[in-house]
Amino acid sequence: MWQWLYKLGSPKWFYDLGNRSLPWLWGVTLFLLIIGVIWGLAFAPPDYQMGDNYRIIYMHVPAAGLMKGCFYMMALCSAAVLIWKVKMADIVAKAIAPIGTMATLLMLASGSLWGIPTWGTWWIWDARLTSSLLQFFIYMGIIVLRSAFDSQDTAARACAVLTLVGVVNIPIIEYSVEWWNTLHQGASSLGMRDTSANPPEIWIPAFFTGFGFIGLFFIGLILRSQNEILWRERRTQWVRDIVTDTVDHGAADA
Amino acid sequence: MPEFQFDGFSAFLDMGGYALYVWPVYILFAMFFVITVVPPLLGRKKRLKQLKARMARADFDRHHDKNSEGESH
Repeated sequence: MWQWLYKLGSPKWFYDLGNRSLPWLWGVTLFLLIIGVIWGLAFAPPDYQMGDNYRIIYMHVPAAGLMKGCFYMMALCSAAVLIWKVKMADIVAKAIAPIGTMATLLMLASGSLWGIPTWGTWWIWDARLTSSLLQFFIYMGIIVLRSAFDSQDTAARACAVLTLVGVVNIPIIEYSVEWWNTLHQGASSLGMRDTSANPPEIWIPAFFTGFGFIGLFFIGLILRSQNEILWRERRTQWVRDIVTDTVDHGAADA
Repeated sequence: MPEFQFDGFSAFLDMGGYALYVWPVYILFAMFFVITVVPPLLGRKKRLKQLKARMARADFDRHHDKNSEGESH
């Protein structure tokens, strides 16, 4: 376990692992997303109150999950940056930020579109929505903060600190529906039986899209991290070899 | 086995009258998908091209330095 973590800290090892995982990840992710979307849109039964409008859930909940998961992962990376100065951790944290930002945006937009017919409003300043919007600005703040520094190390440390401050908001979002009176509902319970509030035929498609979102996240994470590794390790022989190899391929294509 | 829940394709597009809300969400998801994978893929191409150019420049400089050293001796 520790040895594995240690290896993951090596940019070359991470780069190679990424290349080995990507074909599998692509396959599994596309499979999950295609099945989940088609099932959710066409084959899951309509909700008895919201009709077909509830089908937004198959995008809204996974997006919310990514918003949360991305930030927790960034926080772990930030701790590794500040405590052990792991350079891979900063590369990964930098790669996650735009993905988490876009997931937050998707969550907010899909929630608004869901709110119009069900709540009669696309926005309300209740605790859940307000804290979620705040999270979007925290994500943006981290991206902007990084671009504000010339020094890579200073940027890494500043972003790590802001991330560890910002992570406080995630449990606030999570529990906002319990701590305050919100228009947004709490988490629905999932049941195994047909008579439960959410029977399997409703939530199984959500598992497909949910894991599909996670797969998509890892694809984006690997691709972005690899691009960053190529730049930061540009003076090493192994990156030079990769560049030389691609040049040959390019010449063969032309 | 799950069954198709709509009477025909036009009913499917209509989404029980909620087409205006459901479809935009799935279009936004498609955009999210594209934004997650396409820019980094294009970025990879750009990065490799950029590094290739840097290496070529470094090689050129090295040769140039060698030559000028040779002349000065």
